[in-house]
Amino acid sequence: MTTSTRTRADAPASAPGKRRTSRKQRVFGRHPLGLLFSAPYLVFVMLVFAYPLLYSVWISFHDFFFTAPGAQVERPFVGLANFVTAFSDPSVVRSFGNVGIFLLINVPLTVVLSLLLATALNRVTRFSTFLRVSFYVPYVTASVAVVAVWIFLFNGNGLVNQILGPAAPDPSWLINSNWAMPTIAFFVTWKQLGFYILLYLAALQGVPKELYESASTDGAGAVRQFFAVTVPGVRPATVLVLLVSTVTGANLFTEPYLLTGGGGPNGASASPVLIMYQRGLQQGQPDVAAAIGVVLVIVVLGIALLQNRFAGGKD
Amino acid sequence: MTTFQKILRGSVLGIGALAFLFPFYYMVIGSLQATPDPTVAGAFPNPANLTIENYGAINERINLFQGLVNSGIFTGGVLIGTLVFGLLVGYALAVLQWRGRGVTFALALLVQVVPFQLLMIPLYVLIARDYGLADNYLGMILPFAINSTAVIIFRQYFLQLPKELFEAARIDGATELVLLWRIALPLVRPAVITVVLLTFIGPWNEFLWPFLITKDAGMQPLAVSLANYISTVAASAANPFGATLAGAAVLAAPVVLLFIVFQRYFISTDIGSGVKG
Repeated sequence: MTTSTRTRADAPASAPGKRRTSRKQRVFGRHPLGLLFSAPYLVFVMLVFAYPLLYSVWISFHDFFFTAPGAQVERPFVGLANFVTAFSDPSVVRSFGNVGIFLLINVPLTVVLSLLLATALNRVTRFSTFLRVSFYVPYVTASVAVVAVWIFLFNGNGLVNQILGPAAPDPSWLINSNWAMPTIAFFVTWKQLGFYILLYLAALQGVPKELYESASTDGAGAVRQFFAVTVPGVRPATVLVLLVSTVTGANLFTEPYLLTGGGGPNGASASPVLIMYQRGLQQGQPDVAAAIGVVLVIVVLGIALLQNRFAGGKD
Repeated sequence: MTTFQKILRGSVLGIGALAFLFPFYYMVIGSLQATPDPTVAGAFPNPANLTIENYGAINERINLFQGLVNSGIFTGGVLIGTLVFGLLVGYALAVLQWRGRGVTFALALLVQVVPFQLLMIPLYVLIARDYGLADNYLGMILPFAINSTAVIIFRQYFLQLPKELFEAARIDGATELVLLWRIALPLVRPAVITVVLLTFIGPWNEFLWPFLITKDAGMQPLAVSLANYISTVAASAANPFGATLAGAAVLAAPVVLLFIVFQRYFISTDIGSGVKG
């Protein structure tokens, strides 16, 4: 590989732009080597993203089942049958409702808390390294590891209920059908917050200091400055936080699988991805699971477009 | 800024830090308790109730060493793929001019918002069934092999290097690979550390994909074997909480330590640019 790379590289490198552009350069650009450097990545993207994406849509419209490798079987086109099968199942419909509850709690809480903490952190000079590290630690840690602690904290006689005493919900958080999903939403908010604080901190660097100064001379207090200068100043970041937290939330799997023992109690915390795993891989109906996935992505794209429309503003 | 506001800000940050750190402290304390003590007193170390037996207990149920090795191979494979191929693309995107550059950059951004739920079923069909890579390190690594966020970060850093540097070296007859290795790479060392840190946490913490693709306990990364322990065998252990938290501490420790040591490379602007493009 190296030898061929060298001969190709020499042509554009030794005489940049002076010689008449060769045919190769007209087709591939001034440095055709760029394409060669990018080839492994492009192959990777095709293999792991583009093709599976199309394949997923194809599976959802066909009668698809697992076969031994290499076996040739008919996979007839079945139209919307997989979608009908999926959404006539009440547990699938419920899982979409569950993730809706999740997003309604998780997304606003994430935006408000991460912006507040990032604003406070941005002004601080002492202990700032310690504070940053402690805010990011849950984000960098495996969900599986911190889930273990939350089970311990939130179970029937766990520390949280010990502190709450008679105010604790009965049955306890994770086995209570009203509290299971909100508890998962709180967990994920806590777990991911550091990443969004990081995004807001980057955005806060871009808000001009003069705006705060002029707001201050106009007599605006800290609260007024926050709403008049900070919030509009970081709006692009807010759109990004909304988008990323919605997409991450729709991908929810590990938390209901582990925190509530597979989406319990009685499916009250089952997420669509958890149902996809159960239907597709455990019960061997990948076509129905792919249909659920396609609908989920369309719903998420719709939500993201709405968020962009309403939070994105006119710029 | 008034004193009241300073105190308010301090307490918000303090409460935040406490809320973020306490579960980690509790993880360590809980993993050291001989008998689980869920009361408020149990949140403080009690010398009469301390033991390291939980670490032995979890090691008997799931082979911690094998789990760490599997996690290490999985993470190492992704790191190598990302560093080798990510650097090449990042360099090509920033320094070289070629047809398809714009499309490739757009792809690297787009790939980051492709939701995994849509890829889960076809990737499983392709990798586990068609390619027969279930219970195989390659099958585990493949979907994560080149981190697109890393590609964007590399590009961003290479763009900041002065163009004259490259022109001069090219006139001296250096090939692009030599340029990348000898001139560009040493100048973007902080980006490399940021990327290693950011890429490390992905596969090390990943649960869903290796969980789907490994059935053989000897092949499972620690996150998967610990999750299986939590969801199935925990009920039958004498001190399930102590053992689970001990396993959790072993899983969390490498990333947390790595992060604390290199925290100054985990900077908002780099990662912000990686996500926004």
